This record gives sequence, C-alpha cells and structure tokens, in this order.
Amino acid sequence: MVISDPQVKVTRPNRIGRRAPGTAPWPVIFAFLLPALALYTLFVLYPITQSIRYSGYDWNGLEPLTDWVGLQNFRDAFADPLFIEAITHNGIIIGLSLLLQIPFAVALAVLLTRNLKGRGVFRTMYFAPFILSEVVTGVVWRQIYRPNGLFDQVLAGVGAGDLSREWLADPKIALYSLFFVISWKYFGFHMVLILAGLQLIPTELEEASAIDGASFWKGFRYVTLPLLGPTIRVSMFLSIIGALQLFDLVWVTTKGGPVNSTATMATYLVDWGFRRGQFGFASAVSVIVFGLSLIVALLYQRFVLRRDLEGALTT
Amino acid sequence: MTTTTVRTKGPSQKFDFGQGLLYLIAALVLLAIIVPLSFSIIGGFRSNSQLAADPVGLPDPWVWTNYQTALTDPSFYGWVRNSVLIALITTALVLPAASLAAFVIARYKFRGRELVFALFTLGLLFPVAVAILPLFITLRQTGLLNSPLGIALPQAAFGLPLSIVILRPFFRSIPRDLEDAAAIDGCGPLRFYWSVMLPLSRPVLSTIAVLTVVGSWNAFLLPLLVLIQPEQWTLPLGINNISAQYVTDTAMILAYTTLAMIPALIFYFIAQKQIVTGLTTGGVKG
Repeated sequence: MVISDPQVKVTRPNRIGRRAPGTAPWPVIFAFLLPALALYTLFVLYPITQSIRYSGYDWNGLEPLTDWVGLQNFRDAFADPLFIEAITHNGIIIGLSLLLQIPFAVALAVLLTRNLKGRGVFRTMYFAPFILSEVVTGVVWRQIYRPNGLFDQVLAGVGAGDLSREWLADPKIALYSLFFVISWKYFGFHMVLILAGLQLIPTELEEASAIDGASFWKGFRYVTLPLLGPTIRVSMFLSIIGALQLFDLVWVTTKGGPVNSTATMATYLVDWGFRRGQFGFASAVSVIVFGLSLIVALLYQRFVLRRDLEGALTT
Repeated sequence: MTTTTVRTKGPSQKFDFGQGLLYLIAALVLLAIIVPLSFSIIGGFRSNSQLAADPVGLPDPWVWTNYQTALTDPSFYGWVRNSVLIALITTALVLPAASLAAFVIARYKFRGRELVFALFTLGLLFPVAVAILPLFITLRQTGLLNSPLGIALPQAAFGLPLSIVILRPFFRSIPRDLEDAAAIDGCGPLRFYWSVMLPLSRPVLSTIAVLTVVGSWNAFLLPLLVLIQPEQWTLPLGINNISAQYVTDTAMILAYTTLAMIPALIFYFIAQKQIVTGLTTGGVKG
C-alpha cells in the first residue's frame, strides 16, 4: 500500500464531501461506542455506583432503601475482628505470592530459556492448570488434601510422612495449603508472561556479558533481571490484584473456614450479603475492596509501572 | 539458539551435570502438575477403598461405574449445555461491542477519547465481586435471574476492558495508508471497519473469543448467585454441588470433575497459541 503523498493531499480536501482520516462526525463515533458503553454502564459502572449508595444504608436487599446509617457500616466492618482477619489473609496471600510464587516463576522462565530439549512441552504443561476452572482445581485439591489422601501418601513416599497434617481442616495451616494450590494454578501464567518478557531482551546483551567473563549468575543479576523489570512488575501487579479479590478457590475448598482461618474480603462479602441478607453492610465491604484495589492500582501506576507502558494490565 | 559456539564453557562433564540438574528441576515441576491431574483422571476409575489404600498406583481392578454414572446423568449434560450456551452468548456480545469501541478509540480523534479509554481500562480492576450485590438487584428487577442472559450480559460487560486493551494497539498498528486508500474508494468508517479492519484482525479477534469462552466457561461467583434453579446451572456449579452431594464418595467426585476438566484441557491444547499470546501481549509491550 504505497500511496505517494501528493496524491493523498489532492484527495483529502472536503470538497469531495469526505473528511480527512482520523476524524468522523460525533454521531458516528457515538454509534460505534454505544454497544460497549451501554453494556459497560449498565453492568459495571452503574452497579458500582449503586454499591456506594447501598453502603450508606441498613438494608436487607428487599425492602425500600430507607434506613440511612451514614458511615456506620464502614465503622462496623473495621470494628469486626473477623473482617480484619479476612484482610490479613488477603495480605498474607499477596506477601507469599510476591516472595515465593513470582520468584519461582522467574526462575522457571529463565530455566526454560536454557538449552532444554522439550521445553515447549514443559511450557505447555506448566501453563495448563491456569486454564482449569477454580472449581475444578478446588474440588480436585480438596480430595488430594484429604487425611491419608494423595498429598499425605506422597509425603510418606518420600520419607516425610510425619509432616502429614489436616491440610484444610487445621486453622493454622489451611491458608498456606490454599496458597500452595493458588501457586500451583497460577505460577505457569506468570512464567509465560516472564518468558514473553525474556524474549524481548536481545540475546547479544547476555552473550556480551558472558564474553566479558561474567558468570551466569552475574549476567542474570546485572543484565537480564534489570531488563526484565517491567515484565516482573506487571506480573507482581496482576498477582496483587488477583489476591485482593480471591474468592472462587476459597469458596470451593473451605468456604473461608475452618473457624474463619481462610476467609478473604470477598468471601466475607458474599457471606454477609447472600447468606445473612445484610446487603447494606456487604455493599460497604465491596466498596472497601474496590477502594483497596484502586489504591493499589494508583500507587502501582504512580511508583512502579509509570515508565513502563500503556495498556499494561491484563486479566 | 546456535550461539554457544566459541564460548568458554567448563569441561563437558561439568556442563552435563548442570544440564542434568536443570532437567531434574523441570521434570519435578512437571510431575507436580501432572500428578494431581492424573490423580483426578485415574481416581475416577477407582473404588473408594482403593483410593484409601493406594491413591498413587494404577487401579486394580479398573472401576467403570463412576464414569458411567456421570455420563448417564442427564443433569450433567444440562450443565454442559448451559455452559456452552452462556459462553456463546457472552462471546457474541463481546466481539462486536469491544471491536467497534476499540476501533474508534484507536483510529479517530474525538473529545473525551482518553476518558472513555481510561474508563474501560479502569474496569480491569473491578472483579465481579465488587459489583455483585447491585448486579444481583438489577438482574432481579429486570427478570434476568435464572436466565442465561443474566450471566452473559454482565460477563460480557466485565470482559470488555481486557478485550479493548488487547484490540486497541492492534487496530492502531494498521497503517494509515490503508485507511486513506479506503477513503478514496469511498469507504466510510463502518465500511472500513467491516471490510478492512475486521478481516485483518481475525487473529486478534479469535484470541479474544478464546479468552472470553475460557472466562465464561470457568466463571463461578456470578452463576453461583444468579442461577438458583438447578436446571439453569453451569458446569462449575454442577461440579461444586456434586462435591457437596457426594462428600464421602471421592471417586465419584473425581469422575465428574475429570469430565468437566477434559473439555477445558482439550480446548487449551487446541487454542494454546491464542490463549498464551492474548494473555501475554496485553501484559508485555510487544
């Protein structure tokens, strides 16, 4: 498609009744945007503003909205030790993901860039759990974690049988058992993301550092890792946002139990809204979740992602 | 990858040892993925006493009744049908809505363009959970509870941000010359979108379709709260219910779960490229 400039200039003027490319009358623009805007307004923006509205009422979701309580629902939420525990659990999952899951994903991604035979197969299989639904994942792992189930038997098989626990029934470790499942399901996604980032790094740089006598570790530490920074940051961000909203897997495996030990903000919200019919209070909780996500996103945008890219956020 | 020529590697023995270690790690991780999956698949062929005695080896004898029960269970097919229907409707809503919007956002100047785009990207942060209560109220008011549309419409809306974020840079990258040529031929924006942009973007659109189908197929929270009647349940709801119904019958649970898992895995192996590139191009500047 090569059109010489003069020609374009000749045909552009409006006298032929055509507008220059890049502009269109606003009704046309609006018509194009309409389906998406309508869907989005009706089912995303409007509900969220409604959440904010409901959060000021004591309301069971059925009767008219009359019982205005101001910020009382928010005060109640933050005064409830169970809610604070739920937030803490989200925090623990975030911390563990950043400290363990993502470094693990980086390590495996780097490993897969080495000269391994069959690395396509490894990559495909590592990513596979990501595609399974949280329900399937949760249900299968619940069976695996059963007392004397697969997990215990594998431990016994490698001579660590006395590590066996009530993986999902012991309040002290249920959250960590869940974290293991989360990592099992999601590390492949992060690994693939980081692999894509690694492919953007020119191999010449790593080769140059190797020729200069840098060890593999030094090359990784001073060449690869800094260049991989943006990708790792995207990965971290997605991991944080995902952990803030954790629901499905917890609901399927433990419903937040035993004794609240795996409750998250989202399970707390659903529990209060749909099991106890406290829509006003639960809406306040959803506003808190939303607010936290927004704060994290803004801070992240401001301090971490800023220089990296537009449109960086996936799923 | 043929760049290891002149580099001064250690003696070959040491090299092999390192390589062996890499394979060992890669293989161990592979095992950690495969063992739970095959536990589920093979577990469906066991009896519960076999499962208790030895969940690791091959079943002896192979028990067919679990899979038989699941495969002759009419409600199982109902869940599959509902899941397929909802996934199709969702995709049919997302594709036109997202591509039309992304097209003008990418190609035309208009007031408020950045605002509209920012509004959509903001949506990447909202999980359904944040809006679930008012969404439930809205669906109740509009009579969409217990209906496939009641899931598909909100799902499509929540799928728009990612789709638009993936589509916009692609639409942008299509050379302006094409648009000029089209304009010379008398193409308005709609013709240009339909006859030039869409055919060119088939790969991206299929990526979005695949991601939408996967998201819809796996969705849990919204169906859980909106689809109250068992006849309307989707596959994840059915499986969740099976795992409560057969609490002590692990083998049966595994048979059902495996049957739910297999279509997703097959779909993944077929559409792997779309899934992986779709999820990573959004995340890494390409």
